[in-house]
Amino acid sequence: MDQSSWELFVASLRPLVVAAVTATIPLALISFAGGLALALVLALMRLSSRRWLSGVARAYISVVRGTPLLVQLFVIFYGLPSVGVVIPPWPSAILAFVINVGGYAAEIIRAAILSVPKGQWEAAYMVGMSRSVALRRIILPQAARVSVPPLSNTFISLVKDTSLASLILVTEMFREAQRIAAFSQEFMLLYIEAGLIYWLICLVLSSLQSALETRLDRYVAH
Amino acid sequence: MSPIEPTVPAGTPLLDVVGLRKSFGSTEVLRSVDLSVSAGQVLAIIGPSGSGKTTALRCLNGLEVADGGTITIGRAPTVDFGVTPSKAQLASLRDQSAMVFQHYNLFPHKTAIENIIEGPLVVQRRPEAEVRAEALELLERVGLADKRDTYPFELSGGQQQRVGIVRALALRPRLLLFDEPTSALDPELVGDVLGLIKELALEGWTMVIVTHELQFAREVAHEVAFIDGGTVVERGRPDQLLREPQHERTRQFLRRLLHPF
Repeated sequence: MDQSSWELFVASLRPLVVAAVTATIPLALISFAGGLALALVLALMRLSSRRWLSGVARAYISVVRGTPLLVQLFVIFYGLPSVGVVIPPWPSAILAFVINVGGYAAEIIRAAILSVPKGQWEAAYMVGMSRSVALRRIILPQAARVSVPPLSNTFISLVKDTSLASLILVTEMFREAQRIAAFSQEFMLLYIEAGLIYWLICLVLSSLQSALETRLDRYVAH
Repeated sequence: MSPIEPTVPAGTPLLDVVGLRKSFGSTEVLRSVDLSVSAGQVLAIIGPSGSGKTTALRCLNGLEVADGGTITIGRAPTVDFGVTPSKAQLASLRDQSAMVFQHYNLFPHKTAIENIIEGPLVVQRRPEAEVRAEALELLERVGLADKRDTYPFELSGGQQQRVGIVRALALRPRLLLFDEPTSALDPELVGDVLGLIKELALEGWTMVIVTHELQFAREVAHEVAFIDGGTVVERGRPDQLLREPQHERTRQFLRRLLHPF
């Protein structure tokens, strides 16, 4: 790398990190939290004995997983205005990501709930718990342990997918990189720099995942 | 002795089951089961696997909802399963009894003491200090006070089952239900658990025990019921029923249990 490239690299670091901290990371966090809440509802619907409820959830999951995230983003941001629904870039992005994460995480949570032995439900009922208390205090804490690795995968994918929000005018890190690259004509440099920052964020997330797994594993035999 | 004394005077009827029926799909598991236990008495249920004895026990705690018949426990109003019972009815029935499971079913993410106080604290909403003190006393009594902050996976099967029994006692039930409490234990650990159950019987707890341990049933039970084919084939005092069974099916079962090969 020559002198001027290095200087550009260093100079770009600040705006890129600012964009990551103010846009990419909050976008990912908010969307993931919303997506998890939606996923829990969908998972419980899927597990419901009412066939129409599980049918609705199944159809939802099928559509969300069967269509590209980019298409979902574009339908919400560029498509909905033609039927009179105009949603600004940020809410559009969050909405699309929540919908998407909800569909993927629902199956993870459903499988995790099913992985808890039936005897745990019975013991919870035996001590007098209702279904919802049993779920909250006995089943979900055990399901959480099982679902951390696959949910971490989903979260890490989401962090990288937030770059798609640049296509609906959200000024997150990748859009910032594009802007500097267009201005300086140093495409290779800026995109690699952005990639490095994504990687760094994901490294942090992976170590958080390990820490969380260790914590949740404290009550199982090794 | 036990910090929680059984709450019903001896001799009054505590459990009354009439004509209990239950099917799973097209399989009729309980055809018509009648059972009754007086306060302070121990009923042992024996029978071949698949006879319906465990299903009958689970119906008492509402883990299975019977299709017909009536159940009366303690002061709870009689529940008639001829019509689908309401959640409130099932809850009030369930409040009367506590179950000890074959595979313990302790909550693995909670320590021994957390397992015990979960119901009293979260469901019964009793004061935490009181519930903890009581749990500790009970743990001490079964020799596990030093294990209070231990997770189930670190306990032996016998220790887990003793915690399971304490968890049931801490709910202050009128009726204790045991579903083959020693079947999953290594042989050398069975004695401890049976010893504890025997102590509880001597203290006057009312219990229904599904078991394969005939010697234990003979020593501890006031009455033994032999269930086969979804119905009580015969019942009687343990020495009578186990020594001189009246029915051919009972004789066959006992012969097979006493002389497996």
